[in-house]
Amino acid sequence: MKRRDFLKACMMCGAATSLGISNKAWGAGSFEGYPDGMGVLVDLTRCVGCRSCEAACNKEQNLPAPQVPFDDKSVFEEKRRPTEAAYTVVNKFDDKQGGGPVYRKVQCNHCNEPACLTSCFVNAYTKTKEGAVIYNPKICVGCRNCMIACPFNVPGYSYSSAFNPVVKKCIFCYDTRLKNGKPPACVEICPQEVLTFGHRNELIKVGHERIRETPDKYVDHIYGEKEVGGTGWLYLSGVTFDRVGFDTTLGNDPIISNVKEFLGTVPMVLSIWPALFTGFHLLSTRNKDHSDHGDSHSEQEDPKP
Amino acid sequence: MKRYKAQGIDIVDSMHKASGAKKWTLKEKLFLGLTPQQYIAQALRNPFNWILAVIFAVGLPIIAGRFLFGLSWVTHSSCDYPWGLFLGFGLFGMVPLSSSGFQLGTTCEVFGRHDFEPIERLALLNGLLGYFFAVCFLLVDLGQPWRLPYPMVVAFGPAAVLFLVAWHVATYLSVQIAEVSVAFFEWIGFPVGKRAVRKIVLGLTVAGIILSTLHQGALGALFTYAPGKVHPLWYSASFQWLHFFVSSIPGGLCMVIVVSTIASKTMSWRCDDRFRNNLDKLTIALAKGASMGLATYLTIKLIGIAHDNKWAYLATGWGAWYAVEMIGGVVLPLILFAVAIRNNKVGLVRFSAVLTVVGVVLNRLNTSMFTFNWKLSEREIPHWREIVICITLYAIYITVYRFILARLPILYTWKTADETVPVTEKQAGYLALERAKPEPVGTYCSRIEESIPATHYTTRKE
Repeated sequence: MKRRDFLKACMMCGAATSLGISNKAWGAGSFEGYPDGMGVLVDLTRCVGCRSCEAACNKEQNLPAPQVPFDDKSVFEEKRRPTEAAYTVVNKFDDKQGGGPVYRKVQCNHCNEPACLTSCFVNAYTKTKEGAVIYNPKICVGCRNCMIACPFNVPGYSYSSAFNPVVKKCIFCYDTRLKNGKPPACVEICPQEVLTFGHRNELIKVGHERIRETPDKYVDHIYGEKEVGGTGWLYLSGVTFDRVGFDTTLGNDPIISNVKEFLGTVPMVLSIWPALFTGFHLLSTRNKDHSDHGDSHSEQEDPKP
Repeated sequence: MKRYKAQGIDIVDSMHKASGAKKWTLKEKLFLGLTPQQYIAQALRNPFNWILAVIFAVGLPIIAGRFLFGLSWVTHSSCDYPWGLFLGFGLFGMVPLSSSGFQLGTTCEVFGRHDFEPIERLALLNGLLGYFFAVCFLLVDLGQPWRLPYPMVVAFGPAAVLFLVAWHVATYLSVQIAEVSVAFFEWIGFPVGKRAVRKIVLGLTVAGIILSTLHQGALGALFTYAPGKVHPLWYSASFQWLHFFVSSIPGGLCMVIVVSTIASKTMSWRCDDRFRNNLDKLTIALAKGASMGLATYLTIKLIGIAHDNKWAYLATGWGAWYAVEMIGGVVLPLILFAVAIRNNKVGLVRFSAVLTVVGVVLNRLNTSMFTFNWKLSEREIPHWREIVICITLYAIYITVYRFILARLPILYTWKTADETVPVTEKQAGYLALERAKPEPVGTYCSRIEESIPATHYTTRKE
């Protein structure tokens, strides 16, 4: 190998290296949420399953009319999840240990460090300083990695649209309400005061206060205070959380911390591999006559005499 | 084709027709040197073409329908199962089988093992086509495929693993096109381009290693976003990317064994002696590499389970399925490879290579589909149209593969002995002198490839 070839190879590797490095942002530290981020405290002990929050959401977000009207209780027969047609759903859980049924409202929890946001390769998601996780349909490519990543199975996708399918999920009524300091439509309509809107930091205090005042009524835990790095929506419950459809195995680390082990290897590979393999090449081809292989390779070292 | 060859019809394998000094035209090259009538006749004789025709007749309208009526028309993809067969099989299954390009490139160009050269181009082509069609599968699956370039030009999500995959696959595709273009330049008759690529081949190869390591691993790392959804036996935060990367090594090597077997059986007219005579020896050599990869893979799979102490899951139904995958796709091929290599049984090597390929694809399907959302009671069954589209795309892949193998010098060496050199003005005088005197017969490549040193030139002139 001539020096010129070697330098060329080095330049190629260098180019590849810098290309890779410029693609990554390394500063993904842990993020505790914006200090003024808003949230909602959901008190499951108060919910009666009237589904008026579903109706309010449907109206506010201009969603298609539901197949089953909002006052029909038959929907409780099966467990539903948020979809492209309903950003929030209420599920009914029969409490086997006495007591009546427990209703649980499901919607986007607006994580402090959202998995959908960190998994999105075009940055279609934004965590606003008000605490909402919003979505930009104009740049979404439709890979649906966010739906894979969301630990709460929230985002829905409009599969039926051929030319403009997009992710559909609760955006905390950001455009119409939250931006102007108003609570989301579901909170406003709730007749039972299940939903309390406020600063997330305050709501955690309120939640713990309620638990302290009536410890018999509540499980001593606020779901969402620490789960997957903390969520904007927080839950109080009278029965253990796993009995009302919450995933209690998620842990307190944000989803992205699982991925960091791999992301950490990227700079290592990018910086070590070029030197390592060009080194291997030099070692393994040392003292070898390159021209001995009868293939159509250009070998400049042995011009005909 | 065999029949034509037996009849003594000249098949394109060099710039010039054997009968005279006339060059093949591009049209003649495309028809392999047959007349169009002969070409069509042999195509109609081949029963495999009829199978392909049926697949295309059913599948192509359905692919068109996917873009006209949307994803819900062809898939059962739901909010819980956003990724179906297109990604599970097409992307996650095809990419590991395409790691052959970087591996054989490394063997030949970086480690200087030129004895692997008869199969290097096949491995490079296998890599290129595998990646290209993985992207095709992706395009069918994406909600808005026309936005595929967005992560490169419009909006960046640099903290996302998929961002890394997108960039690396795109870059690596260009690297592979450059690597395979050598064969294309020979075929089309553009030695300047070939020389240019040969000069940067080491850089390309090293770039290929980097990009492959990272995005093969990154495909695994994509699943670390879903720690609660992928079954623990197929999930490991620390080892996921290593599992995917390491299993791609035997996957890619075995895919080359499988493809070379199929090609040498069904396209024997196109293989030259160099390929044929070396194939058995190289198959064994590739199998040695694959068994080392498999042994490493088996080890880190077990370490992955031990690391998070997941042994209890092995006793469940999922564990039985895991055992099927590991024993059928890793342990069994490993034993068979050992027996076959020891006794020099090429047939057995080929059989276990098929097992390995199936095992790797099964692993990807298990991770992305079969065990995904293992906590949910409902499993997603792919829509029949989704399966048809997968078969159709795979049939297109085979067709393109075969089209290229039949033409470009992949399985055979481009004969160049009787080539006239395209003359530049500077070389003209020198070449005239060369022609004037008798010269020992050199090959085209040695003549055209070398630059003419200035001293050389002047001494001749004198």
